[in-house]
Amino acid sequence: MSAQPLLSVQGLTRRFGGLVAVNAVTLDLRQGEVHAVIGTNGAGKSTLINMLSGEIEASEGRITLGGQDITRQSQARRALAGIGRSYQRTTIFPEFTVHENCRLAAQAATPRPWALWQAARHCADSNATAAAALQAAGLAADAQRTAGALSHGAKRQLEVAMCIATRPRVLLLDEPLAGMGAEETERMLALLADLKPHHAILLVEHDMDAVFRIADRITVMVNGTVIASGGPAEIRNNPEVRTAYLGEGH
Amino acid sequence: MSAVHPTTAAAPAATATAPRGGWRMRALLPAAVAVAAAIAGPLLGPYWADLLVKVMILSIFALSLELLVGMTGLVSLGHAAFYGIGAYATVLGSGADGGNLIVLMLGAMGAAALYALCVGALSLRTRGVYFIMVTLAFAQMAFFVFHDTKVGGGSDGIYLDVRPTLGGLGLESRHVLFYLVLAALAGTYGLLALVRRSRFGAALAGIRVNEQRMRAAGFATYGYKLAAFVMAGALAGLAGSLLAVRDGVVNPELLSWHTSGDVLLMVILGGMGHLRGAVIGAVVFTLLKELLSTHALMGPLADHWQLTLGLTIIVFVAVLPQGLMGLAQRLGPPIGKGGKP
Repeated sequence: MSAQPLLSVQGLTRRFGGLVAVNAVTLDLRQGEVHAVIGTNGAGKSTLINMLSGEIEASEGRITLGGQDITRQSQARRALAGIGRSYQRTTIFPEFTVHENCRLAAQAATPRPWALWQAARHCADSNATAAAALQAAGLAADAQRTAGALSHGAKRQLEVAMCIATRPRVLLLDEPLAGMGAEETERMLALLADLKPHHAILLVEHDMDAVFRIADRITVMVNGTVIASGGPAEIRNNPEVRTAYLGEGH
Repeated sequence: MSAVHPTTAAAPAATATAPRGGWRMRALLPAAVAVAAAIAGPLLGPYWADLLVKVMILSIFALSLELLVGMTGLVSLGHAAFYGIGAYATVLGSGADGGNLIVLMLGAMGAAALYALCVGALSLRTRGVYFIMVTLAFAQMAFFVFHDTKVGGGSDGIYLDVRPTLGGLGLESRHVLFYLVLAALAGTYGLLALVRRSRFGAALAGIRVNEQRMRAAGFATYGYKLAAFVMAGALAGLAGSLLAVRDGVVNPELLSWHTSGDVLLMVILGGMGHLRGAVIGAVVFTLLKELLSTHALMGPLADHWQLTLGLTIIVFVAVLPQGLMGLAQRLGPPIGKGGKP
C-alpha cells in the first residue's frame, strides 16, 4: 500500500435541483487497495462513480488524479489519464464479438482515426491488450463468441475486461457482482484480487460478505453523506452503521 | 454478401490471425459490378445510359447517408442540404467559360463540408428525434435561402450555361460523364469500405451501438461523429455536383425535405449497415419510381406514382425489415446474392 493516494476526492457534491445526491464526500484511493463504498439504494454511490469518471459534472469539490486536478476534465480525457469504470447495468457492445468488445476499448489508447488504410482488426496494439484483458478476466475461450449471447455472469466479467482493456490505474467498479451466482462471484473476487496490486479500486457493491472479504477500506454512505469510513472491522463494529445499514444480520 | 458479410460495421472475427481473404472476397462483387458497368455503359442506349448515370449519382448520395445512418447510427433528415449545396456550388462556380470540373467538384465538396461542419457542430449536441428535427431545420434553412433569395435564381433555380471541362474532354459526350460518375461512385464506395474496416470505422460502430461505453473507454465521441458528419456532407456534395453537371440545371427542390426523405428511404430499402445496401436501395428506389410513373405500365395510376410508391415501400419495409440486404442474407450462402448489383 503506497502512502500517496492515487485518486483523491475532496468535498465532492452533486445537486439535482433541490436534491443533494452526493454531499461533500471526501475519500482517497490508493494503489494496492480496494476501497468499498456501501450504502442503501439511492445513497448516491452511482452518482459518486459518475462524477469520478466524468460522466456527470460535480457541483462542488475537487478530484485529483496523481496530484493533477481533473475535476473539469471530460470523461474521455479522464479515461485516457487512467480512470476506468464498469457499469451497474451491463454496458457492452452486444452485437460485436467478445474480443472486439475489448479491442475497441483498448483502441482508445491508439485511436489514429485518420489511418484509414489500416484495418482495425489488424491493429496489433489493441489486439494484444484485448487478448491480455480477456485472459485476465477468464474469457479467453469465449473471445470469438457474440457478446450478447454470453451468460449474465460472463457479461459482467466482460464488463470488467473492457474496463481493464483501457489499461486504467484506477478502477471504478459499479456492482460487479450484481445478479451473479456463487461460482461466478468467486471468479470475480479472484479477478479483483489479481487486479488489486497494480490498481486503485473503488468498489460499489451490495454483497456484504464479498465486501468484507475483499475491501481494505469501507466507506458507508447514507442519503449522499458519508457516515463512516475505516477498516472492515471498524465498520462492522460501528454502532451508527449497524443501525443505519447493516441491520440485525451482521 | 450473406455468409461472410458482418451485420455490424466491425468485423466479427476480429483477431490478429483472422484470414485476410474475407476482405478480398467482400471486395470482389462490388469490383465485378463496377467492371461490368464500365463495359456495358457505352453499349446502352441513351435512355438507359442516362438512367444509369442518375442511379449512380443517387448511389453516391445514398452511400454518403449510409455513413451517418448505418455506420454511425445518426439518422439525419436534412442530408439533401449538402447535396443541394454541392449542386449550387458547381453551377455558381462555373463562370462564363465553364471552368475545370475537378476544381468545381472539389469546391462543391468543400462548400458542402463547410455547411456540414456548422450543422454538425450544433446538431450533434442533440440525439435521437431531436437530432432528426435539428438536421431537418438546418436543411430547410438552406432550402429557403436558395428558394427565397436571388443567390441561386430563386424558386426557378439556375442553368449551367457552359458545361465545365475535364482537362481536354468535353462533358457533352455522355461517355465522358458516364465514366466520370462511375469513377466517383467507385471512389466513394472504396473510401467508405476503407472507413468501415479502419479504426475510425470501428469507433463509429462502437458509437452506434453504445456511445456511453465509448466515452468511458476514452473516445471523444463528439469529434468522431462530427468527422463522420462532415465526410458524409462532402460526399453528398460530390453527388450534388455530378447531378448539376448531368442535368445542367439546379433548383431549390434538391435541398427540400422530400429529397432528404427519398435518400433515407433508399438506405432503409436497401438495408442499413451495408454499403451495397445503399447502392441497391438507390437502384430499386429509382427503378420503382420510373416504373410506377410509366403510363404504359400503370395506366391512369401513373399520375399518382407517389401514392403507389409509398404503398410499395410500406410493403417492402413490412416484409423486409432489414431491407433488401436482409433478403439476400435470408436466402443464405453466396447463391442468394446472385442477381444483385
